[in-house]
Amino acid sequence: MSVSEPMSPIVVRGLRKEYRSKDSSASGTVVAVDGLDLDVAAGEVYALLGHNGAGKTTAIEILEGHRMRTSGEVKVLGVDPGDGGRDLRDRIGVVLQTSGVEPELSVAEVLEIARRSYRSPRSTSEVIDVIGLNDKADQRVGSLSGGQARRVALGLGIIGRPELLFLDEPTTGFDPVARRSFWDLISRLAAEGTTVLLTTHYLDEAEHLADRVGVMADGRLIAEGTPADLIRSFGGSTVRFSLPESEAVTWSEVLQGEIAAQVSGTVTVTASGRVEISSSSPTSDLSVVTAWAVSRRVELPDLEVVRSSLEDVFIRLGQDR
Amino acid sequence: MMRSTGETEARWPGSAGLLLAQTGYQLKLFYRVPAAMFFTLALPLVMLILLNAVFGSDTVGEGSESQMWPTRQFYTAGLAVFAAVTATYTNLANMIPIRRDEGVLKRWRSTPLPTWIYVGGAICSSVILAAFNVIVMLTLGVVAYGLEIDAVKIPAAIVTLAVGIASFAALGMAVAAVVPTASAASAVANATVLPLAFVSNVFLSVDGAPRWVQLLGDAFPLKAFASAFQDTFNPTIAGAAWAPGRLGFIALWGVVGAVVAVTQFRWEPSGSGGRRSRRRSAAESSD
Ligand SMILES: Nc1ncnc2c1ncn2[C@@H]1O[C@H](COP(=O)(O)OP(=O)(O)O)[C@@H](O)[C@H]1O
Ligand SMILES: [Mg+2]
Repeated sequence: MSVSEPMSPIVVRGLRKEYRSKDSSASGTVVAVDGLDLDVAAGEVYALLGHNGAGKTTAIEILEGHRMRTSGEVKVLGVDPGDGGRDLRDRIGVVLQTSGVEPELSVAEVLEIARRSYRSPRSTSEVIDVIGLNDKADQRVGSLSGGQARRVALGLGIIGRPELLFLDEPTTGFDPVARRSFWDLISRLAAEGTTVLLTTHYLDEAEHLADRVGVMADGRLIAEGTPADLIRSFGGSTVRFSLPESEAVTWSEVLQGEIAAQVSGTVTVTASGRVEISSSSPTSDLSVVTAWAVSRRVELPDLEVVRSSLEDVFIRLGQDR
Repeated sequence: MMRSTGETEARWPGSAGLLLAQTGYQLKLFYRVPAAMFFTLALPLVMLILLNAVFGSDTVGEGSESQMWPTRQFYTAGLAVFAAVTATYTNLANMIPIRRDEGVLKRWRSTPLPTWIYVGGAICSSVILAAFNVIVMLTLGVVAYGLEIDAVKIPAAIVTLAVGIASFAALGMAVAAVVPTASAASAVANATVLPLAFVSNVFLSVDGAPRWVQLLGDAFPLKAFASAFQDTFNPTIAGAAWAPGRLGFIALWGVVGAVVAVTQFRWEPSGSGGRRSRRRSAAESSD
């Protein structure tokens, strides 16, 4: 793809960010983002997925205009966020990794003062409705639960009616119910046409929310695609079973013997003693396992074939590096 | 899309209205922080009451009987200056770094609110607090301690206050800009104002004090501010009591403070660790 596509709200080419090393004994620099290319299309929900320290915050904050880049090209809504002024900030919404909401003010008060600086903001009551804090509108932000306070931060992110919304780890620390309703909220915004770039280290979050996922490690994208694509190309399926408690079969027989020799997938044994064969041709691998079990007259009561999750993809990508 | 091209572009909100709203927002925040209320509003009042109770019937001054003047005039004016300084310098040096550490400054910087309006709102709110403080102190002085106000000296008093308040607000912003964390900034603000107040004619007259005490006071703007304002309440001084030299000295400090504040101001929290965070912010600002 070329930089000359004017329609993409986010276009990043060869983005690089070096920090001066925090540890004075180690010489040189920390490379937080190392040649990142990224395109996010209008209306798309894109998730940057990666472990802590992968460079997600650095990348997203460069796009938000909070940090300067070392090199590379960045266009956000057609302008360089490094010198994007008031106009750009009117068109984007930002939820930082640290919410930064005044604890002394009530939910309604923080929204009310924030909305004044935008050209065509949503009303405070509409936003309170959207973030589901109607019964907390007059409560101090400092007295809310973590999940509720994060919702206020999201409310501040959307009050300016942004075309493009940045969310840096929006649901870290949420309980499962709060996460679900947060997802519903993002889905609703996306359905209205808002482009969303979010970072997360929760695979289920990326799988649930994102149209496309970029897996980031050491400042680089190591895989990119729709969640289904990633699972198809990196995960496939897993045939798994536990070995019965029987003297007739041993681990080495499974791992080095017939099974390992005949299946097309890779065989691993989990800490809990389960054999897992991750495979792109589960049908034939399953028949290898069943043939072996029948011939040895062993029963495999928990034998199953499961489709890989994004988590398996993530783990596999981690192992490959 | 939510913002269709056919729609007439909404206008930007007016700067005056935004500045007013930001000032109100900062005052509301201030009002909700009990420690800020105490140090800014209550402490100077308590000092005024205590010092007048102990020394109220004395006189201050050097030399002949005709140059002596009542302590109540001295204290009310000196503590009014102290109150103006706590409302600007101490208040801004405390509150701005707290908001920075909380990430509040960084969040505001993500919005289209112009930077100068955010900073302007904080400064305006502290100026309003300072003016309120001075009025409360002088009113209490008149009502409770028989403070005499000489109409001829009112213009000089007002100009002195204006120059002092503006300069100390700038110095407060400079401390907020330079000191990396809220706890350190608070320590710096208090460790500068309180000892200086003792050598700056605020809590006591240093007219008869050792030379080094006088020189120490002379080096900093608090003594110039206190003395210039006290002159406008000193019955032994004839005429309007203008002090252009002192005002120039205060303003010079103010300009230096403003330059430091504008060039060094940071929006990002510097993290938790002291040394580590300073290096971290150095790395940030080097990019
Ligand atoms: N301000 C900074 N100064 C120095 N190093 C930093 C700074 N911010 C992040 N880093 C380093 O850059 C790398 C990427 O960090 P970050 O972008 O926060 O990753 P993530 O958000 O994926 O956890 C880490 O090694 C981190 O220590
Ligand atoms: Mg992060």
